[in-house]
Amino acid sequence: MSTYSVSDTAAAAAPRTAVTFSNLSGSYGVGLAASLVWLAFGLSCLYWPDVGDWSRTGSLGIGAIVIAAFILFGTFSADYLGGAGQALRKRAPWLVAFGAFVTLWEVATAKFAWLPLPFFPPPQAILEVYTDDLPKLLDSVFASIKLQLGGYIIGATVGFITGVSIGWSQKIGYWVHPVLRFIGPLPATAWLPIAFFTFPSSWSASTFLIALATGFPVTVLTWSGVASVSSAYYDVARTLGARPSFLVLKVAIPAALPHVFVGLFMGLGSSFAVLVVAEMIGVKAGLGWYLQWAQGWAAYANMYAALIVMSLLCSGAITLLFRTRDRLLVWQKGVVKW
Amino acid sequence: MVVQSAAEAITYPAVGAELDIEGVSHAFDIDGATLPVLDNVNLSIAPGEFVALLGPSGCGKSTLLRLVAGLEKPRTGALREDEVRITGPHPSRVVVFQDPTLFPWRTVWDNVALGLEAQGILKAQRHRVDAVIDLVGLSSFRNAYPHQLSGGMAQRVALARALVNDPKILVLDEPLGKLDSLTRIAMQSELVALWQRKGFTTLLVTHDVEEALVLANRVIVLSDRPARIKADIAVARPYPRHRGDPYLAELRKQILGLLGLEATW
Repeated sequence: MSTYSVSDTAAAAAPRTAVTFSNLSGSYGVGLAASLVWLAFGLSCLYWPDVGDWSRTGSLGIGAIVIAAFILFGTFSADYLGGAGQALRKRAPWLVAFGAFVTLWEVATAKFAWLPLPFFPPPQAILEVYTDDLPKLLDSVFASIKLQLGGYIIGATVGFITGVSIGWSQKIGYWVHPVLRFIGPLPATAWLPIAFFTFPSSWSASTFLIALATGFPVTVLTWSGVASVSSAYYDVARTLGARPSFLVLKVAIPAALPHVFVGLFMGLGSSFAVLVVAEMIGVKAGLGWYLQWAQGWAAYANMYAALIVMSLLCSGAITLLFRTRDRLLVWQKGVVKW
Repeated sequence: MVVQSAAEAITYPAVGAELDIEGVSHAFDIDGATLPVLDNVNLSIAPGEFVALLGPSGCGKSTLLRLVAGLEKPRTGALREDEVRITGPHPSRVVVFQDPTLFPWRTVWDNVALGLEAQGILKAQRHRVDAVIDLVGLSSFRNAYPHQLSGGMAQRVALARALVNDPKILVLDEPLGKLDSLTRIAMQSELVALWQRKGFTTLLVTHDVEEALVLANRVIVLSDRPARIKADIAVARPYPRHRGDPYLAELRKQILGLLGLEATW
């Protein structure tokens, strides 16, 4: 059996690190393939002339080759890299698929122009946006985060307190419930025209709309969470000497938290929609405004670049919410892993 | 017989409270109709006594317990703990329900600490929580969550959550009803041991005649709804009791007769 090893001494101690012909097609094979795909992508950028004029083709090619080198190094030393090595090994098939996708994208746009050109820019055009238009893009990102965070926190807080109040007190429920039924189902965007001239600034109007979009699902789900708490929990707490404040804070709210997080998740989704629309229509900052502005200049690469950033931000926000939930609700079994 | 009465005397330390149920009637309103549940129940329980309430399903046993716990007020009559009228729940009368009803978001330790926390004395009394968890034999599970426990362990936690308050009256609403028969027998002995050690007055609702006879000093047999007291039977036998004891077998036959089930014997 012909065996060659990365390191002769290590191979003797740890036989599983030895690279044999058979496991080239197994755990190492996929990593190797990923590295080759990225190398091909890099070489196609460097040595295959573009049909148009893009200044970042060379840098993109070098970047791709660096990625290929990292994958190659990571694949063959995964056993020594601990968690990072395992993570790389697990994601190797995705690295192949993604590398193939960008290569295809590159070939279909920059090399053959199969896709009509101003509308479908090649990867190097998007890279160019990130390098050359970074300050404006970052300003937009911060503006969006600021607006979203402010509105979401206000909406979630008000929604949570309202939900707990109407779930707990029938008197408050009597007054708030009809208002909630009348206003809640209305899409927050329907308020846009009114909000923009009744509020002192477009920023405060947008904050209000985002808070509204967040608040409704949070209120309804907190309310249903509090209302569905088993009365047996209250009986137990009362016989142990609990006062009403204890029943609300230590029984009703913790028991309702799984529902509250569903509401927070739904509110996050609908508030993203409001954020983008508000930025496109009224606010003169943020990623929605950037998209609108890019469209006005027919800067399609900028639009794709902004969309990618927006997607990462939204996904990141949801990841953050789910991490918080997992930490707070460790007692729950079988929650969805995001 | 002298030895036996001496043993009985040891099981009545002064920790338990006296419980008096005086002419209590209760009813529920269901869809406009009034459903009588308890009909003039009179019962006096001495401090430290272990009383079992036996009765057909749905006769109002659990309602009587809710009145003792102070979770509801009787329509007529009064309940008194050590001569003081019961007007609401109090940690001196703690209930262990048929379902453990542990709070799933709290660990075993935090569940047991619930009573002390609710009364605002947890910070100074943390050792009591540790002690009672040791008492029910769950020291290695203090950081476990309820979904990680078996049925018997969960019920032990519920018992610890009640005992940590040092109750004067322990109210047990079929606490072993949902356990498998082996766990059940083991926990019956544990319950007797705890009661003998702590000396609280115990009121147990059960529909298991054998369980009532193995555990209690006194068995109260209730009628169909609305519940009235049909019989008040003293079980003068020392602990630990044996299930095959002919004296208990005779009482069992008598009680099943009162419940209209003599044919099954």
